[in-house]
Amino acid sequence: MAPQTLYEKIWKAHVVTEEPGKPALIYIDRHLVHEGTSPQAFSGLKAAGRKVRRPDLTFAVMDHSVPTKDRNLPLVDDIAAAQFAALERNCKEAGVRLFDMHDRNQGIVHVIGPDLGVTQPGLTIVCGDSHTSTHGAFGALAFGIGTSEVEHVLATQCLSQFKSKAMEVRVNGRRPRGVTAKDIILAIIGRIGIGGGTGHVIEYAGEAIRELSMEGRMTVCNMSIEAGARAGMVAPDETTFAYMEGRPFVPRGKDFEAAVSAWKRLATDPGAQFDRAVELDAAKIAPQVTWGTNPGMVAEVTGRVPDPGSFKDAVDREAAERALEYMALEPGTLIVDIPLDRVFIGSCTNSRLEDLRLAAGVVEGKHVAKSLKQALVVPGSRRVKAQAESEGLDKIFQSAGFEWRDSGCSMCIGMNADVLPSGERCASTSNRNFEGRQGKGGRTHLVSPMMAAAAAIEGHFVDIRGWNGQRGE
Amino acid sequence: MQPFKKHRGLVAPMDRVNVDTDQIVPKQFLKAITREGFGRTLFYDWRYLPGEKPNPEFVLNFPRYKGASVLLARANFGCGSSREHAPWALLDYGFRAIIAPSYADIFYNNCFKNGILPVTLADDQVADLFRRLEQKEGYTLSVDLETQTVTDDSGLNWKFEVDPFRRECLLNGWDDIGLTLRFEDKIADYEKGRNPQAPVFGPLEPPR
Ligand code: SF4
Repeated sequence: MAPQTLYEKIWKAHVVTEEPGKPALIYIDRHLVHEGTSPQAFSGLKAAGRKVRRPDLTFAVMDHSVPTKDRNLPLVDDIAAAQFAALERNCKEAGVRLFDMHDRNQGIVHVIGPDLGVTQPGLTIVCGDSHTSTHGAFGALAFGIGTSEVEHVLATQCLSQFKSKAMEVRVNGRRPRGVTAKDIILAIIGRIGIGGGTGHVIEYAGEAIRELSMEGRMTVCNMSIEAGARAGMVAPDETTFAYMEGRPFVPRGKDFEAAVSAWKRLATDPGAQFDRAVELDAAKIAPQVTWGTNPGMVAEVTGRVPDPGSFKDAVDREAAERALEYMALEPGTLIVDIPLDRVFIGSCTNSRLEDLRLAAGVVEGKHVAKSLKQALVVPGSRRVKAQAESEGLDKIFQSAGFEWRDSGCSMCIGMNADVLPSGERCASTSNRNFEGRQGKGGRTHLVSPMMAAAAAIEGHFVDIRGWNGQRGE
Repeated sequence: MQPFKKHRGLVAPMDRVNVDTDQIVPKQFLKAITREGFGRTLFYDWRYLPGEKPNPEFVLNFPRYKGASVLLARANFGCGSSREHAPWALLDYGFRAIIAPSYADIFYNNCFKNGILPVTLADDQVADLFRRLEQKEGYTLSVDLETQTVTDDSGLNWKFEVDPFRRECLLNGWDDIGLTLRFEDKIADYEKGRNPQAPVFGPLEPPR
């Protein structure tokens, strides 16, 4: 048999039926559901007199609009409350497992899937959410879908899909100290552009990817969508299996061993062909900071805000001008001279235990700058929160002047009370710096958790590599 | 879903690259539980001043684009979040077709599920349309899915490509789920594990 990519292997194993010239019908192994993009799917289903085909393969959670403090008080947001009530009712009627906001396993959908072991290698995983690409870190085929497709999966447990093209992004060498998975993916997006992965499924490979922890791989795969890719994946290996073993939904004992040997066969065969390949040298990657209004508008921390005039293409020039106007930045400003109003450590990109440990290591024994209005840490799940607390990270953050909150999407999207006020500037570990993403008129700079933590202490960006005795990771 | 065969309508420009779905429908409107009424929320943060007063500087508020139903856009339109609220809002506002050099994948898919035709033309063709639109008030285009052409009143006649299956579904307004359910027996077979390459499943219940 011709050598195959990881993507092809998973794809083939899931084709229920296909005809030439038409999309294939592929089977979906896990369907994750959240309150934001599911109500219309459930009501469509009901209106057509259809049922949820596989409630046992469907997992629902409340994350986007949940409050991150005083969760036991009645909700003040009536519209969000109605949406939570709808999810609860829909799950109850269909027999779908729901992690509601009071469940000890509650958290951001892309954090709890891997955390609980629902996410496994070789599976197809979908969710009405573009950052479903996160789960690809386990060697699963995971991608975001629209609400109509959510309804389709609820009804049929299948999706009608055209096969994507395969792209390899190989990150060679070792990343320097202070450079994290977040910097790697931002550098990749800076290189290929926010439409650079459109129509493709990216497989990340190379020494620098292999060396990443599962948390790091999730950060990389998470932002695949920010390069326009349908999905991102990393072939499973010992790091993957070690992370998975013992998690609630992962097979145990002999079953686990059998699963591992099957999972090992998923890796891309030597000589398999990709439609496109890109290579980067990890040693050349510096900590990254976005300066504009999409994740591709990114610079090294040692760099400057670019001059729009330096862009050759007229459309890019205009986009840069508009971005600088929105961001209230002058061309030529040193990145480290950008002052901040708030810092947000959280989101499905960077709110896992490792992220919190790294950030805590930076702020331990220090205090956030007086000029800062708020520094927020929002763990990705309640399990992460509990683990972090058992290590005393909450105390470290709190004595450094950070607020320690309950888990949810929070200021990544500002659908709850955690909104970035208009005109304010935030260093954020999330994934999108679109206009108004964290709050109307708010200005977002995307960075790694260590960079966000150090920026909180100084009140402006700093190069973590040489900062205050820090030697990075 | 309402079918799309042919549509003739006033064109409005959205002259920015990488318009993301956070701009098309800001997050504060994602808490709704129905599909209705999203037209009001389209491009909300750009379109309105405080108090929901129309911003006279926003292009869709220009009197000459009132009633537009064809949106002319730039590359990578609809990037970012998967929210289907974006096509719901475009449709509810009155847009039936979009013309752009490229689209983000999920948004592109979502359009077809909602009876909106996203037409892909080459960069220079789109640039040309932007010029024509600027020069002529009341500029109108016809978008014909049957013949796969975009035409205007001055003789412009351009072919566009679209996947034949997507075209057929949109022309007929077919219900996707209905189509899939014709393969019920195949789905049931798959579930019985007849595909030897099917993945290893972990337990569906955590141990107590
Ligand atoms: S944390 Fe942000 S990006 Fe992730 S699922 Fe929530 S809103 Fe989406």
